[in-house]
Amino acid sequence: MAEVTKLIHKYLRHDKKFPHVWCPGCGIGILLGALIRAIDRMGYGKDEIVMVSGIGCTGRLPVYVDFNTLHTTHGRALTFATGVKLAKPNLKVIVIMGDGDAVAIGGNHFIHAARRNIDLTTIILNNSVYGMTGGQYSPTTPYGMKSTTTIYTNVEHSFSISELAVTAGAAFVGRGTVYHARLLDDLIEKACLKVGFSVVEVISHCHTQYGRINRLGSAVEMMEWQRDHAITIERAGQMKAEDLKDKFRIGVLIDRKLPVFQDEYEKIRRRSKGLEK
Amino acid sequence: MKKKAKKELLLQGNEAIVEGALRAGCRFFAGYPITPATEISEILSIKLPKVDGTFIQMEDEIASLGAVIGASLAGVKAMTATSGPGFSLMQENLGFAIIAEVPCVVVNAMRGGPSTGLPTSPSQSDVMQARWGTHGDHPAIALCPSTVRECYDLTIKAFNFSEKYRNPVIILVDEVVAHMREKIVINEEDIQIFNRVKPTAPPEWYIPYEDTPKSIPAMANFGEGYRYHVTGLIHDVRGFPTSRPDEIDPFIRRLFRKISQNYGDIHLGEFFQTDDAEVTIIAYGCVARSAKRTVLDAREKGLKVGLLKLNTLWPFMRTAVEEVLQTSRIVIVPEMNMGQVSREVKRINKSTAKVFTLNRVDGEIITPMDIMARIKEVT
Repeated sequence: MAEVTKLIHKYLRHDKKFPHVWCPGCGIGILLGALIRAIDRMGYGKDEIVMVSGIGCTGRLPVYVDFNTLHTTHGRALTFATGVKLAKPNLKVIVIMGDGDAVAIGGNHFIHAARRNIDLTTIILNNSVYGMTGGQYSPTTPYGMKSTTTIYTNVEHSFSISELAVTAGAAFVGRGTVYHARLLDDLIEKACLKVGFSVVEVISHCHTQYGRINRLGSAVEMMEWQRDHAITIERAGQMKAEDLKDKFRIGVLIDRKLPVFQDEYEKIRRRSKGLEK
Repeated sequence: MKKKAKKELLLQGNEAIVEGALRAGCRFFAGYPITPATEISEILSIKLPKVDGTFIQMEDEIASLGAVIGASLAGVKAMTATSGPGFSLMQENLGFAIIAEVPCVVVNAMRGGPSTGLPTSPSQSDVMQARWGTHGDHPAIALCPSTVRECYDLTIKAFNFSEKYRNPVIILVDEVVAHMREKIVINEEDIQIFNRVKPTAPPEWYIPYEDTPKSIPAMANFGEGYRYHVTGLIHDVRGFPTSRPDEIDPFIRRLFRKISQNYGDIHLGEFFQTDDAEVTIIAYGCVARSAKRTVLDAREKGLKVGLLKLNTLWPFMRTAVEEVLQTSRIVIVPEMNMGQVSREVKRINKSTAKVFTLNRVDGEIITPMDIMARIKEVT
């Protein structure tokens, strides 16, 4: 049996009625593959993992995998995940969100989860658009681009999810693309192994909505764009600022040691019992 | 050392809610500061870590209830507390707890509204929001204490009901009861704690949203070997999203049935001198206290007045209310809103009894004199 078939048999839900909801060519499938490969490599037991998501195309991911899975309300995945993690700290909690889910409706929860440095691994698939509802602009739709609600072009400025995470206090932030699948495996693994709030921003494409309205071509062409515009952090360091103008950096953006909420709260428990000053 | 069976305590309503919650086994609280519920947060931030529980102050009330639901799914009894504005924000995740059948307790210390409203004068204006606040068709359980003692008892009941029926339970306390102090005697022997029924079948046989004779499926906690899917989408018995009419209908009907089959257990209240009453007052919360006084004063004057005190507001105590509608000539429903419970009373009234309202919405309590004056007016 091929390696990939073994992984499919091991981690996908046999009793879930496939096919999945995603369009052919969607990047979320690549993310799902990377997630499963990374989890398998790290050797977590399936009972140990809780996969939490919000609403949207990306939010549908957990239903297909054989873990403890929790498909929450729009934007609120991190709040549910916070409760799960604090109630049972031995569980590995992975949160999967889309760009609209994570930084529009869930933006406040995102910055506060990062600030608290709760031990959660957060993976945000950024395809610059609300796909499930038909292609409306999101906080990561670039200025000047079209969507079904910015048909005369977008006059708002987009968020950098990764930079937001760094500023808000995340312990680990990485950015990858669905084109660079190997790097994605590595980033997810590093993020999962990091104790503290870790974020992986996954640049993806929505050829069905965003690509079509902006005439960016097929899924393959949009992935080629990712290949041509993503620069590894190492390479970016050697490039001139003007050459980096329309590029974005991929790799580990920050990896720092910060006090983790659960450890700090354990001290509070000891203090409350008079066991520690 | 043997635990003393009886305990005498002087407590504030909010403190009694905390004590009841801890006694019921609450070990997780997430909340956002708001008056008049703040004491619950403050005291639990001190007490929970001592019992290896967790207190966390979240960024808003949406997040608070999200965290509470997450903790409950992981197997820890959890609660949040808020007031009107925060309760509005919680409606979204309240619906999630209902559809995913996650036990949890939400305290709403009512203050006047709408919006920022009247911080922090008493009110009873969130009765209907507790019933219909979140969108969609759904059952609701809401309890309403009128004494400090009831704050303690009903909080334990709230946890028990939430665990037993797998539904969020709302405690609608008003600012008066939340902030008043009374002596309460706690008798350990009277206390019963109910914990969620866990599956006994092996994981591969577990059907997480299976219909059972009691209409309530067994609940597996995350991380205990039963991997399943929890979603806010309408789901089939396995927890997977469905749009099949033959799966949607039984699911929604089961949600209602699991509550309606158990009215006898959930309906809590008190008939006070109603046997021969020509005039019956139906009251709840702090108004029930005034009403009791009115009954005693009226009886002294030879007037046959009784009180039906409602401790369960939702599901509505139809049987008890119908009983007093049958036996009384006049029913008066004093409440600190424009008529949220009286509307229900009128709706179910099939007898010849006349139903009168008494509404006070100025941020002041309804006094025994107010009720007596209304009795004189209508008799």
